Amino acid sequence: MSGQHTDAALAENAGDSLDANWYIDKLFQGVMFVCGISAVLFVLGIFAFVFAEGAEFVIKTINWSQFLLSPRWAPTSDYNPTYGILALIAGTASITVLAMAVAVPFSLGAAIFIAEFAKGRTREVLKILIELLAAIPSVVWGFIGLAIMNPWIIETFDVPIGLNVLNCGLILGLMAAPIITSIAEDALKAVPDTYREASEALGASRWQTTARVVLPAAKNGLLAAVLLGVGRGFGETMAVLMASGHSINLPSSVFDSVRALTATIAAELGETAVGSEHYQALFTIGIFLFTITFIINMTADWIIRGSKKG
Amino acid sequence: MVNFALQAKEDQHPDGSAAPGSDAPVQLAVNKLEIRYGGMVALSGVSLDIRQNEIFGIIGPANSGKTSFLNAINRMDMMRSNMTVTGDIHFNGVDIRQWRNVYALRRQIGVVFPLPVGLPMTIYDNVALAPRLSGKNLSRQALDDLVERCLRRAALWDEVKDRLNSLGSLLSGGQQQRLTIARALSQEPKMLMLDEFSIAVDPVTTMRIEDVLKELRQEMTIILVTNLVQQAQRLAHRTAFFLNGECVEIGETEALFSGQVKDSRTQDYIEGKFG
Repeated sequence: MSGQHTDAALAENAGDSLDANWYIDKLFQGVMFVCGISAVLFVLGIFAFVFAEGAEFVIKTINWSQFLLSPRWAPTSDYNPTYGILALIAGTASITVLAMAVAVPFSLGAAIFIAEFAKGRTREVLKILIELLAAIPSVVWGFIGLAIMNPWIIETFDVPIGLNVLNCGLILGLMAAPIITSIAEDALKAVPDTYREASEALGASRWQTTARVVLPAAKNGLLAAVLLGVGRGFGETMAVLMASGHSINLPSSVFDSVRALTATIAAELGETAVGSEHYQALFTIGIFLFTITFIINMTADWIIRGSKKG
Repeated sequence: MVNFALQAKEDQHPDGSAAPGSDAPVQLAVNKLEIRYGGMVALSGVSLDIRQNEIFGIIGPANSGKTSFLNAINRMDMMRSNMTVTGDIHFNGVDIRQWRNVYALRRQIGVVFPLPVGLPMTIYDNVALAPRLSGKNLSRQALDDLVERCLRRAALWDEVKDRLNSLGSLLSGGQQQRLTIARALSQEPKMLMLDEFSIAVDPVTTMRIEDVLKELRQEMTIILVTNLVQQAQRLAHRTAFFLNGECVEIGETEALFSGQVKDSRTQDYIEGKFG
């Protein structure tokens, strides 16, 4: 003990004292650690909660082949309640695929224009407009789908109902586009200007520079932008509920109405008895959504790591 | 006097060939050049002729307008919205403002930047990029030959020949700078502009690159912007001294460094009294 005491005294004498800065540094390291770790805790907490609510159904009641492969979602049937989410998966997937087919080319083009070609005022105005587009609440988009797109589709394509995959896909594409654009533009802006100058000094045209130097250098960020768009399409609820028609269907054309996984939870959860089989089935859909999102993110992460190594 | 004799000997070019005389054809004619960034004048009243196959040195402290001068020559002002260039620049007798295809102009003028920019692709692709983009459609064999020739001329071939397919950005700073020289040579330019190429390069590599430049000037005109006064002395046939946006003096390098200067500021800068 006395030896330690002497060592501390020696350290003090040599100027090695624990001053206020040292304690403040330790304190903030601790605070930042808690903030950083909290994200992990929240994700685990949400997963635990969702899983706990759906656990009984997953472990006891569920018939996996029926759950994943049956297109019949009839939870309120009196004599034979069936929980098949195939039609819901097909609904979500068809809407997301169409939305991405619309959004990805448009938003990548817009991002390239803003980051590489537009100058001064044009660029600033475009950026503000796109951010404005991203700020429109999803219920407004749903309203546009219901009130404007619906009659337009009925009239233009001569179909009985305008609330369908086409309507919902277009709306969702327009919703995802500003997000993809803005993240893709950030990715392009992160490519150092020295690359552009070096390339143009070699006599490469602006387009050649973009295609051969800037886009390959930004490909990870662009991929992340697209995947975030996919996530947006997958998770969007309100606009999808309003524009998709919300009817259980395996779509055979873009003019069929469909129902999405998220919309099903939103529409039905409020009407079920807490703890009932139906309630648990809805939470199982939540677990399913959670798992898919997790897989998408892990895939993105894996692709990005892979491309870094190469 | 002994000292002077030694210096004169050093000034002679190791390649043995004489400097292009004043009757040599003019590669680049600059007349009353002025460059502004918004309201700020970066360079004004520059008039000079650069002859074919000479190494033309430009010395001067930071902010003297050296880099702006190079940017004006290959029309990089187009990339900067607030940069305006007035006056005439004739390249091979043609006003560069009259070039309709600025990319074709840039293919004839190679540039090496102060900090090496290894583009994020393989060593091979770095060198092959410009020939591929120029639409010449070279065969694989011709492209291989071209890449090897450029890397050899940039004194990099022996170090990278076994790993042409690894990333250019993984090379060391000095190697990357030689890679950018190889890249600049890949279009067989008529003129090569180097902007303080040795800033991020060790002395040994600097000397190797200097030897490369002495070889290259047999085939092309070289503008060497440098903040190392001795580098200009070692390499340049003629040297211009830029200061605060003004071209103070242009003269034969040998004369300038032996005290035959018209302006005392040149003398002070060369002797290291400021800058």
